[in-house]
Amino acid sequence: METFAFYIFAGITILASLFVVGQRNPMYSVMSLIASFGALAGLYVLLDAPFTAVTQIIIYAGAIMVLFLFVVMLLNASREEAAPPVTQLVGRTGLRIGAVLSLLLGAEIVWALSRVGVTRFGEDPAAASVSSVRRIGTGLFTDHAFAFEATSILILVAMVGAVVLARRER
Amino acid sequence: MTFDPTVVARLGLILVIFNMLVLSAAFMVWMERKVCAYIQDRPGPNRVGFEGVLQPFADVLKLLFKETLRPKAADALLFVIAPIISTATAFAAFSVIPFGTETTLFGLLAEPVPLQITDVNVAVLVIFAITSMGVYGIVLAGWSSNSKYSLLGGLRSSAQMISYELSYALALAAVILMAGSLSLREIVVSQSGMWFGFIPRWYIIPQFFGFIIYMIAGVAETNRSPFDFPEAEQELVAGYHTEYSSMAFAMFFLAEYVNMVTVSAVATSLYLGGWLGPFLPDWLGWFWFLLKVFLLLFFYVWMRWTLPRYRYDQLMEFGWKYLLPAAVINLLATAAVVLWLEG
Amino acid sequence: MVSLNHYLILSGVLFAIGTAGVFLRRNLITVLLSVEIMLNAVNLTFVAVGRYLGTVDGQIITFFVMTVAAAEAAVGLALVISLFRHKETLSPDAFTALKW
Repeated sequence: METFAFYIFAGITILASLFVVGQRNPMYSVMSLIASFGALAGLYVLLDAPFTAVTQIIIYAGAIMVLFLFVVMLLNASREEAAPPVTQLVGRTGLRIGAVLSLLLGAEIVWALSRVGVTRFGEDPAAASVSSVRRIGTGLFTDHAFAFEATSILILVAMVGAVVLARRER
Repeated sequence: MTFDPTVVARLGLILVIFNMLVLSAAFMVWMERKVCAYIQDRPGPNRVGFEGVLQPFADVLKLLFKETLRPKAADALLFVIAPIISTATAFAAFSVIPFGTETTLFGLLAEPVPLQITDVNVAVLVIFAITSMGVYGIVLAGWSSNSKYSLLGGLRSSAQMISYELSYALALAAVILMAGSLSLREIVVSQSGMWFGFIPRWYIIPQFFGFIIYMIAGVAETNRSPFDFPEAEQELVAGYHTEYSSMAFAMFFLAEYVNMVTVSAVATSLYLGGWLGPFLPDWLGWFWFLLKVFLLLFFYVWMRWTLPRYRYDQLMEFGWKYLLPAAVINLLATAAVVLWLEG
Repeated sequence: MVSLNHYLILSGVLFAIGTAGVFLRRNLITVLLSVEIMLNAVNLTFVAVGRYLGTVDGQIITFFVMTVAAAEAAVGLALVISLFRHKETLSPDAFTALKW
């Protein structure tokens, strides 16, 4: 059952990401990416991380993608020009070197995957006793408190920066 | 394949809740028109069925027989998907709301089944996540209709929804702080018991301002009056659903009413004690739950037909400059009091 | 039986798709979307390995990565808007001169 769910979610994620990269219309790219994020949230649930899954939907699919959607609608970016063919970009020698390198990469991946053993997941420790949200909260505010506070300053800086950059010059 | 009675009971529960939501949307249509009529000192629908109770069904039949139009310049895929997203997210948010304790269906089941579709331990965040996905239905409807009124309505509506989501989340956070858990069932259970024997321990009493902030943010989230500028008939034709007709329009309508029911149900669970009530036995708790949700829905309708509408810039200014600081101060005060009481 | 290998291979594939998007697309917004794909692949790796090691630190780091991604998307899109205002195009090939 879990394996089945994993393959479904993984398939949706990869398919949606391919749509994002291969799609001509930016609006459809944004919608496919939202679907990909939803499937990723499903994968997080399979990994016993419900808080991360919900945060992924709230922040990525619910806020960042709305921002992308607004910008696409504001700029009215409909369809883009076709990319120049690859031969024009890199030339003949480039193509040959690229082919050799990708063959090498493929061989290396196959070799690595055939040698590695299968690492299985253990039982989730302390899963039953303390809820994961409580553990995350404790970790965030004790061990990683400095990073947490620094992130708040980062967001403030990003907010101010975005407002200043997008302002119309008088 | 043997029929495990618990599984059948759970599937039956899903069916019951789905039907309950659809019927409650129909009931809301009737209640809205009746209450509006009485506020405006006229009788309201009274021809179809006793006191007009069958009026919503007549409305649905009328909408079904209308022609489904699609503007030629509209983006076909997104035009069709938008009402689907709105409706799906509206219904999905109800999946974690508890409306009673466990039931054994008068002894038919071996082990009791809680009156809730599922209980996750991050339930409050799940509701928030699904509600924030509902913005897409509106944005896509506005964009794909390819008409000025729709686009403006869609943009304004979604900007309003994401602005008020912040105050919504902060009001929720204050209750979570007091209850110590994110699961809705545990939050309701922590409101049981009484102070001095007769005042129930509902969170509305210590969190009164939080409740007001939550209700205001909830009304703005569901795009209802007095915050319904983006879809007001007098201002923008009909906002983001101008170009929709027949069943797609009905789906947007349905989504809006189900969203209202969800906001009221969450407010009931968080602030008004869920299914807890004085006289009835525990297993009849769902009666109190429905009564409280009905009271909040009546409050919604009452507000719509009594208060004038906010202008769009007034609405955004209120959300960012007044409601958000109030929600932050509420959270800080709650945190201070909780810390003081525990230390 | 789903093991850690499955998740790592999946996130490797996602990262590769994102990188391909950054290199091959001629639209600034799609480039930013591909960067988001890459960040998500990294998030998946963190959560999977954190689950394998039994700590909750993987999810905490994911939290920070999401926040940084939000900040970066906001500033990146503001830059895209301001670039669009100058040249009325979203193709990165148009912005090759060092001054406007």
